[in-house]
Amino acid sequence: MSINQSQVSLQVMWNRLISVVEEQAQALVRTAFSTSVREAGDLSAGVYDVAGQMLAQAVTGTPGHVNAMADAVGHFIRRIGRGNIFEGDIYITNDPWEGTGHLHDITMVTPSFHNGVLVGFFACTAHIVDIGGRGFGADAASVYEEGLYIPIMKFAESGEVDQTLVRIVRGNVREPDQLIGDMYALATCNEIGHRRLTDMMAEFGLRDLTGIAEFILENSRRATIERIAALPRQSAEGEMTVDGFSAPITLKVKLTIADDHILSDFTGTSGVDKKGINCPLVYAKAYACYALKCAIAPEIPNNAASLAPFLIEAPENSIVNAVHPAPVALRHIVGHFVPDAVYNALDKIIPAMVPAEGAGCLCNFQVSLRPRTDAEAPADAVRSEVLTFNSGGSGARPELDGLNATAFPSGVMTMPIEATEHAGPVIIWRKELRPDSGGAGKTRGGLGQYMEVGAREGHEFDFQAMFDRVNHPARGRQGGANGAPTTISRSDGSAMQGKGKQFVPHGQRVVLAFPGGAGYGDPANRDPMAIKRDLARGYISAQTAKSDYGLSDTDISEVEKAVQHGEIV
Amino acid sequence: MAQSSIRMGVDIGGTFTDVVLEIDGQHTSTKVLTTYAAPENAIIEGIHQVCAKAGIGPGDIGQIIHGTTLATNALIERRGAKTALITTKGFRDVIEMRTESRFEQYDLNLQLPDPLLPRNRRYTVAGRIDATGQVLEPIDRAEVEALADELVFAGYESIAVGLIHSYANDSHEKLVRDVLQEKLPDAMISISSEVSPQMREYERFNTVVANAYIKPLMKSYLGQLKDRLRDQGIDCNIFLMHSGGGIISIESAAEFPVRLVESGPAGGAVFAAHIAARYGLDKVLSFDMGGTTAKICLIKNQTPKTSRVFEVARTYRFKKGSGMPISIPVIDMVEIGAGGGSLAHVDAMRQIRVGPESAGSEPGPACYGRGGKQPAVTDADLILGKLDPENFAGGSIKLNAENSATALEEVLGKTLDMDAQTAGFGLAEVVDENMANAARVHAVENGEDLSEYTMIAFGGAAPLHAGRLCEKLGVERLLVPPGAGVGSAIGFLCAPFSFEANRSVYMKLSDFASDTIVTLLKELQREATGFVRNCDAEADILSDFKVYMRYTGQGWEIPITLTADQALNPDADTFLRLFEDDYTKLFGRPVEGLDVEITVWAVNATTPPKPVERIDQVHKLSPAISTGSRSIFDPALGKAIESDIVERTTMRAGHRVAGPAVITEDETTIIVPSSRQAHRQTDGCIDVLNQKTGDKS
Repeated sequence: MSINQSQVSLQVMWNRLISVVEEQAQALVRTAFSTSVREAGDLSAGVYDVAGQMLAQAVTGTPGHVNAMADAVGHFIRRIGRGNIFEGDIYITNDPWEGTGHLHDITMVTPSFHNGVLVGFFACTAHIVDIGGRGFGADAASVYEEGLYIPIMKFAESGEVDQTLVRIVRGNVREPDQLIGDMYALATCNEIGHRRLTDMMAEFGLRDLTGIAEFILENSRRATIERIAALPRQSAEGEMTVDGFSAPITLKVKLTIADDHILSDFTGTSGVDKKGINCPLVYAKAYACYALKCAIAPEIPNNAASLAPFLIEAPENSIVNAVHPAPVALRHIVGHFVPDAVYNALDKIIPAMVPAEGAGCLCNFQVSLRPRTDAEAPADAVRSEVLTFNSGGSGARPELDGLNATAFPSGVMTMPIEATEHAGPVIIWRKELRPDSGGAGKTRGGLGQYMEVGAREGHEFDFQAMFDRVNHPARGRQGGANGAPTTISRSDGSAMQGKGKQFVPHGQRVVLAFPGGAGYGDPANRDPMAIKRDLARGYISAQTAKSDYGLSDTDISEVEKAVQHGEIV
Repeated sequence: MAQSSIRMGVDIGGTFTDVVLEIDGQHTSTKVLTTYAAPENAIIEGIHQVCAKAGIGPGDIGQIIHGTTLATNALIERRGAKTALITTKGFRDVIEMRTESRFEQYDLNLQLPDPLLPRNRRYTVAGRIDATGQVLEPIDRAEVEALADELVFAGYESIAVGLIHSYANDSHEKLVRDVLQEKLPDAMISISSEVSPQMREYERFNTVVANAYIKPLMKSYLGQLKDRLRDQGIDCNIFLMHSGGGIISIESAAEFPVRLVESGPAGGAVFAAHIAARYGLDKVLSFDMGGTTAKICLIKNQTPKTSRVFEVARTYRFKKGSGMPISIPVIDMVEIGAGGGSLAHVDAMRQIRVGPESAGSEPGPACYGRGGKQPAVTDADLILGKLDPENFAGGSIKLNAENSATALEEVLGKTLDMDAQTAGFGLAEVVDENMANAARVHAVENGEDLSEYTMIAFGGAAPLHAGRLCEKLGVERLLVPPGAGVGSAIGFLCAPFSFEANRSVYMKLSDFASDTIVTLLKELQREATGFVRNCDAEADILSDFKVYMRYTGQGWEIPITLTADQALNPDADTFLRLFEDDYTKLFGRPVEGLDVEITVWAVNATTPPKPVERIDQVHKLSPAISTGSRSIFDPALGKAIESDIVERTTMRAGHRVAGPAVITEDETTIIVPSSRQAHRQTDGCIDVLNQKTGDKS
């Protein structure tokens, strides 16, 4: 073969590796028990060379695992020791600092041997149902209360599963069968990846991955650095304040674009919170990197080289660099705001590229239902835990409206309410778009949503709230207006908090309005047709059409008439 | 009514309308351009052409089986009726909020597809049913009547009704329908508990909306078709191919037109299954590659794999999640943007990317000489010697290899420092790898190992790429049937009358209720059988029983097939055993200690499959007659190699040609790589085998 023909083989192999990790991820989605993996896609899978450099990562998955996965295998090699790696081994951890940010993520790594020689590794991560401790929530005061900690260790050695570990795990969690099931699902998915890799190496007559690794990493590095080099060499600062738990949190970031890298420096960011919304550096780094990659190099696949030019610094014990033993279970709340903070800085360097602020963190809540205690409960009343994932509106883009009730930056999906109501005696009375919640602008912020949550007759419940943007709505950009803030109350009108576990008595419902995205540009410049369309669809009320956008009474009644006739505006 | 054994299959596709006449098992076919404004015109023209060829009159046709892409196209192009949705108060936006996620995570300017109905065409009524089917809040007839008056004023032609948990209790939806029928006697009404009684509101609501949206259009088309055919003296029964691979009456099709979506590709899978039966093959991968996409389907035990939900009208590079979900029984296929017209470019990583953008027929690939500047898959095939520039599409289009070379060099070669041939090799390898990867992922999702499979290839571009695909997938045997260009229409003629009824009813094995199960399954059986009985008053009707099961806590169900006895004398231990067996086959091992639940129940009523005559496979081999040779690039060898040329029409049963070779015909070209040899079987199929296996036969 000529040199250029072997280039063709290398291209084919790169494609193949990307497909292999996708197969790995799909296998996990299909076998996992964890709700957040199967319904929401909270997982990750990747393949690594013998040095632990990530060569490919599945597209299926969530951005929060991006860098964490890239770094994890290095930690495994160091902790296990190269001399202690055998064929048939499987390694495990849920270390928040060497894995993916909290105890609820289990990462498993499998060394891959070809013809008896170690050639690389497969790794995957899944968010699991329960890891013991206080349960999933922000209420712990330290990581010790958040559940069982599994240091980097062998789950299996030369094919033998460590039954002592299995017994310890079983004895410490609420749903042992499901968790053990998930651990095996993770191991299986690595095994599927390994088999495909072996097939590929046989097909192309490879003895090791050196050549293909070099090809992938070199091309990715060059492409990423070309993109960075095309940007102005500037630095700029961004800042954003959100609710936090015990006190408001300010995220401060200074972005510096150099010839061959971009540095995000979080000096000046608030310190750690007493409660579990703190973020290990690896998770903040993932979201900073994700935000920058979306903006400047979206189509370059994730691997060690394409991620390397995105550097992060943050002082220890700041909320984006929480160190052991800070509680970190809900690290996603702070992590999900990192992109907006980064974009506030990036917008000053490259205008008209990034969106206005959006809802940011997911609007998740957990409902712990039980038979009512204030009066006799019916015989069929049960205890049940139900976790749901929901989204507010995303920020308006320079040329496009924000997305209604759609997650950004997180990549997770919501669950059908019919499925949720099968999972336990919860009743979702309302889940629909929230008109007038998208910030006004030349382009409008995405709408948030309303939800109303109650229990079936005979039940009361604790409501674990994980919301932000109650006091700090998404801020508009370039003259756009803010999005609407989060509101939460009981159906009897009594107030509730945006975060933490709160009791809801029998017969009461929780009434929620999730935040809208902010607007972009002056609302006066919005296309009148878009204003009329928004009014016809009820994205905005007549009042807002008039006050925020200056739509005339004549136009408003014209639109209302069209709607009565069922016309599309 | 004319009773004769002369039958006709008609497939309206995006570009061509294919018509196949079957007389005593012999096929006569034609292709005419699809006439969008009045699709029945192309059918009439096609009928006259094939009748003339076969020497019969249109009045001799005894039965017409029809499949069409019109339903799919109406959804893609948003050409449906003025339609409203009535849904439960608090859930107006289900079809707009989708899964609340982005199907492409790295695109800051992502646009989600608009729902079929904008928000102002979605209306709500109070009244709520819970997950067990109990009424939490009654529905108020007066409120529904007031809403109906609004809809009358707005002048809707079609109305969809989708209420929360209606699959568990349809009384509210039926009340709404009663009121609507009274107040809007001319409007068409579709209710979700009839169209798709499955749990998961986004899928169910979207399905009922899609049904309502295309119903007036399809009803009027089917009516016109019947009239026009009668004008031509054709007064036979007309049946419609549905997405599940069977056929239904024209009346059922008009009532549930959403079931016609993807009926063309379903016909292709049935065609492949029919060939599989002829050869007694239990594991077959069908591979259909045309101008813009490739479709892959697993066929086990001569039955195409089915699914209960699929996605139509993908808007973003065929990406999962970028279309709309339709929950109906459907043949499960993977479709990727890889066809003869798929275009290549070099990305930021200096990698060759192919598709899903396609050159279409205008301007077409560069070699068509109609101004196309970007290299397409066909350009690579030409440069690699796989196509004969003088004899493409029966010689109707002269291909210009210089244009291909220029496009390959300009767009790929300059950046990658490759000559035209190497760039063509790279392009072809990338597109073949894309298809192979899609097949591998699909196999993993179904717990299958493709190396045990036989590939059946049809569609204009498939035989050019199938040989290489087999090499990549470790597939030993490839069959290229005759008539591959009109495979779907032939498939229609092989399909049984069938209808699948299904419903979501949750049941844990720990709460196993035999009586409930028997009642439910018998009800579904009655419903499904009724649809088949409409088509044929006398035929035997068989019932296939299927349940979808999973461990409690999982999100994915796996389909479990039951025998009639297992279904109608149900017993929890048997259900558990069947589930654990299949689960182990898919995922390696069962999970101890977890409860198992059933989520969806399905009964497929079908007429017995037509007996298929097993072919006698050829044993005595003799060399085929080669008309010459040309140089063809063999990717496994990494070089061009002189290859024999054989005309397919000259091959007789038992003729053999060893690779590297090319077998040419008007509709397509079969590439036989160096690693394979080809035999012509008695039924005209070209059987492409591994050199070693081939020598033994």
